[in-house]
Amino acid sequence: MPTQTLGNSRTRPELIHDSEGVSVGTDVLVIGGGPAGCWAAVAAAEAGASVVLADKGYCGTTGATASAGVGVWYVEPEAEARERAIQSREQLSGWLVDRRWMHRVLDKTHERVGQLADWGYPFPTNDDGQQVRKSLDGPEYMRRMRKQVARARVRILDHSPALELLRDGSGAVCGASGIRRQRGDAWTVRAGAVVIATGGCAFQSGGLGCNVLTGDGHLMAAELGAELSGMEFSNAYAISPAFSSVTKTAFYRYATFYTDDGVLEGAGAQRGRSIIARELLSRPVYARLDRAPADIRTDLRSSQPNFFLPFDRARIDPFTEKFAVTMRLEGTVRGTGGLRITSHNCETTVPGLYAAGDAATRELICGGFTGGGSHNAAWAISSGSWAGGGAAEFAKSRRLSEHGPGRREPLQPAGGAGIRACGPIERSLSAEVITRAVQQEVIPCDRNLFRSELGLSESLGRLDDLWRRARSGLQPEHERQPTVATLRARESVAMLTHARWMYAVGRLRTETRGMHKRIDHPELDPAQQHRQLVGGLDRVWTALDPERPHSALELAA
Amino acid sequence: MIELVSEDRCIKCDVCIRVCPTNVFEHGTDRLPVIKRQADCQTCFMCEAWCPTDALFVSPETGPVAQDSPYRDEAWLIERGLLGSYRRELGWSEQQPLAGARRSTQHLMNREPLPIGGAIMGGPE
Repeated sequence: MPTQTLGNSRTRPELIHDSEGVSVGTDVLVIGGGPAGCWAAVAAAEAGASVVLADKGYCGTTGATASAGVGVWYVEPEAEARERAIQSREQLSGWLVDRRWMHRVLDKTHERVGQLADWGYPFPTNDDGQQVRKSLDGPEYMRRMRKQVARARVRILDHSPALELLRDGSGAVCGASGIRRQRGDAWTVRAGAVVIATGGCAFQSGGLGCNVLTGDGHLMAAELGAELSGMEFSNAYAISPAFSSVTKTAFYRYATFYTDDGVLEGAGAQRGRSIIARELLSRPVYARLDRAPADIRTDLRSSQPNFFLPFDRARIDPFTEKFAVTMRLEGTVRGTGGLRITSHNCETTVPGLYAAGDAATRELICGGFTGGGSHNAAWAISSGSWAGGGAAEFAKSRRLSEHGPGRREPLQPAGGAGIRACGPIERSLSAEVITRAVQQEVIPCDRNLFRSELGLSESLGRLDDLWRRARSGLQPEHERQPTVATLRARESVAMLTHARWMYAVGRLRTETRGMHKRIDHPELDPAQQHRQLVGGLDRVWTALDPERPHSALELAA
Repeated sequence: MIELVSEDRCIKCDVCIRVCPTNVFEHGTDRLPVIKRQADCQTCFMCEAWCPTDALFVSPETGPVAQDSPYRDEAWLIERGLLGSYRRELGWSEQQPLAGARRSTQHLMNREPLPIGGAIMGGPE
């Protein structure tokens, strides 16, 4: 009897090579190698599971964090400080948070960031020589996380985008398959449990490090019936220099904004972002960081070198010279919507399928709004840890009951649109055509930032038509197995369906709350203080989450 | 976008080919990396950060620059100290061995409230 025991004989899963590519069996498969995926892999390995991590790009450089710098929602475990940290976010969230989760995330983040310090992460120190653990330098953080993942004997598959999940007869997830794009072959992983850590969806709008984030995991999970939550909170826009990818809105708190006519009154990186967006619809807007006091400019520079990198290279002094700005859609990367989680260990509504980081809904700690990276970073760390641990436990119980995942029955591929057309192939329909059409519906501020019933329903009509055509007729040609063209097709339909979910629940929420702004319903409606669910592919459905938020407002009532 | 691979500096270690999250590079003649899919470059500067010999240059522009742009002129970039400048900031260069993370002052960004706009960065409108 091959009774491998979790916890003592774990080795790096070995790849089996055949004419198609590689295959491997493992307890836990993590899809996505950003911070959430890395923490999930580390946590699953800690729990004694064998782990494979597959990333579309390269674990260590991929995703929104590696090329950026992030604050971390790190608060010392003192009751008053914690209470302040929680209170300060409740109103911003639109009262949709769950205080129990906020406490859990603060605890877990404190613990894991301490672990990072133990691993030697070079935190800065204050004047008393104490480490300041409230921010992480993206490249340094993710380079170190890759090392920890490798040290945990996780098998890392780089440049290995997942194309679809695999399921057994009961509908439980049993692994995934994809391509190895640098080798031109395929991979298949049989797994006892799967963690989706593929990030949010930024619709390839050109934000720093975000073009790889196309919502692939949401699509794959939905094909197994997973549900989503908070998808109306998906219209975060960041300010960036028009020529550059660097989206660091935080610095613009020191900016004055201008048009060709002079100062743009009321514009600001915080409350006045809509004014900038409206102005940009018709003419250029410029910024200059002239409100930064002279004595902090050096500190600003060393706080995030990559903010200044494009300016230095373009020979612009942002403190003294005006530069044209734009707003880049960050979708659900900064928006809070994502896969609905139904348990403390971040399980989705599909057995064996877990979600972590931006791919999972962040409403529990952010409600309908987040600003910079700090809550998002804390969520990636803690949800990743829980999802990895939960997946390891699930795989363990399944292994005991089945002697290994899926050994008894063939695995069924679950992918639909973009990989298996269900009607006649429409050769003129390509990934590029779909991507461009989706971008036209979601990127313009007058559609997505300033929402209305009319705009949303018009967009939805076009997006639903496009979905029907894609589902029926989009299928890149290939000989024996999928190629990069299949990946592009899957990315395009992932973005397409992301947009449909966003706008379907956006119509349902007839009020303005968090980042969701309705120009036809500009006020917050106390009767709509609930979370909203969405799901489905051919037919998109919406519903109110029966579970109420758990905020101070609830508790007082 | 990535604009330059310095043949002089490149040691053919393949790091850029491995780490680019959008798979922009490919082996060219003599195993030298070439910019094969520039349109896929997302201007994330990761290849430049990971290159051990400061052989790469990512222009700050999100689109390709003109053929005669200084961003493609290795001598100009070296003269201005731009080749390898990001790696020095990160502390990943021998010339700047103190980790950039150690020198980070990002936490100071969260300090004083500003005259307008509220204390919390990027609050809802």
